[in-house]
Amino acid sequence: MKKNLKYNLTWLAIMVVGYILIDVLELVGVIDQFAETTLVLIGINIILATGLNLIIGFSGQFSLGHAGFMAIGAYTSALITQAIPNGGGMVLGLIAGMALSALVALIVGIPTLRLNGDYLAIATMGVAEIIRIIMNNLKITNGPAGLYNIPQLANWSVVYLFVCLTTILIVNFIHSRDGRAVMSVREDEIAAESMGVNITKWKVIAFVLGAATAAIGGALHASYIQTIAPNDFGIMESINILIIVVMGGIGSITGTYVAAIVLGLLDMVLQNFGTLRMVLYSLALILIMVFKPSGLLGTWEFSVRRIFTKLKAKGDA
Amino acid sequence: MTLLDVKGLTKSFGGLTAVSDVSLHLDDNELVALIGPNGAGKTTLFNLLTGVIVPTEGTVTLQADSGLEVLNKKKPYTIAQAGLARTFQNIRLFKGLSVEDNVLIAMTSKNKEGFFESIFRLPSFYKKEDELHQQVLDLLKIFDMQDDADKLAKNLPYGAQRRLEIVRALATKPKILFLDEPAAGMNPEETADLTRLIRQIQEEFHITILLIEHDMSLVMNVAERIYVLEYGQLIAEGTPEEVQKDPKVIKAYLGGEA
Repeated sequence: MKKNLKYNLTWLAIMVVGYILIDVLELVGVIDQFAETTLVLIGINIILATGLNLIIGFSGQFSLGHAGFMAIGAYTSALITQAIPNGGGMVLGLIAGMALSALVALIVGIPTLRLNGDYLAIATMGVAEIIRIIMNNLKITNGPAGLYNIPQLANWSVVYLFVCLTTILIVNFIHSRDGRAVMSVREDEIAAESMGVNITKWKVIAFVLGAATAAIGGALHASYIQTIAPNDFGIMESINILIIVVMGGIGSITGTYVAAIVLGLLDMVLQNFGTLRMVLYSLALILIMVFKPSGLLGTWEFSVRRIFTKLKAKGDA
Repeated sequence: MTLLDVKGLTKSFGGLTAVSDVSLHLDDNELVALIGPNGAGKTTLFNLLTGVIVPTEGTVTLQADSGLEVLNKKKPYTIAQAGLARTFQNIRLFKGLSVEDNVLIAMTSKNKEGFFESIFRLPSFYKKEDELHQQVLDLLKIFDMQDDADKLAKNLPYGAQRRLEIVRALATKPKILFLDEPAAGMNPEETADLTRLIRQIQEEFHITILLIEHDMSLVMNVAERIYVLEYGQLIAEGTPEEVQKDPKVIKAYLGGEA
């Protein structure tokens, strides 16, 4: 009991120190407005990619429709904050966005999660495309022009808070009875079912939870950037999130963090190279995949518990 | 007391009848073997009983605590939850997960950890996890595997993987344990160990075991009753001595006119 408190307090300390560090860097001027934008986009990408990693890396279901759920979160919260432009509206928008996204994931998940591999990827891609086309044609979403003048209620602190919250949500989910059931589906469906695991149920739960966190990412994106259009949530956005998951290591949340940060910084640094930027970015991706096909970290995870155990072993020796 | 009652179980794949009109029963705390030549339909029968494939005809009823329960046409996970656990002929462990996780997953349906309890890491979550951890260690200890708890399942030696499959099946707290060729690929020494192990399981856990096996030394040693299957049909039933003398069984295994 005491041990667990120690681990959890260490994690809390890491989060607080991270916040203070960014705050100080901002005060002394190391992080300017441009760098802050990069930082926020990295944070949003972490939220989106950890959710997708839960679906792909832990439940083993290949989804290419993450941007669709992001769009639901973005549009729902944008419309609500335009009506109620204050913190309460933001909270309400987030909750409504997550709920709607989870509902859609539930409705499409039950039939599509019976499919496997490539078929599931194409089905989820289709779902995301349907969502995008609906946004493109509805009056309330202002069609192809999208929504603008969305009140900016999310600054980097809010994004930082939600990066922490979604990571806690997903990591705690993975390291529990529920997460183990989800991973057993990835490992061997037939064996899992023979052990009394309802595989359809756990696939759908992982998918719904991933979709709900995608909605958080979408809502923060809409609020920070202040304009959204259906084309922001096309197949390329889904693939961008997928790249972070694959590059970091499928099944490693730490890897997702590293990949999101590396790619975000790379993108920022390459801004100076003009049109060469996308070529260099793609080249970096190819090199990483050639030399480290399992992703930057494979399935390795950073663990406070392990560090404490190692320190203790050293102390005892 | 009859624990599992199977009546007229049939499975046809198109024109081929893999299992035809099989009726059998398993009693409480009994060790029964199912033997037969290759392709006789033994594994198909296992898959029918555990719900992996749906029977064309026939019924499977389990004497549950709450009364008789019809199992055919139920999903494999409901059948597993009702108390039928199995191992696989070609090992199917959760290879990328630790030994402990493999066993914990088998406890999923009996483990009542709530979603919010685990997300918010409430004190009751840690209490339940500690209890589970202890249960897993106790179970692994019986099979002398407590030191392997943190190893990945795929890194275990072959014999240990077979044992882990049995441990995992036992972790579901089954009434009936189905073992599909547990001695496959084992040398005589390992088979002797396994024979001891199966006896030990039955004594300690007081469960019914149905065993598919080709290794006759194992079968004749441990089985109280034997069913013989050939071309999807039961051709003999009885004690090891009776079955060994049965002309139909001799014909099925050695060929020729009996």
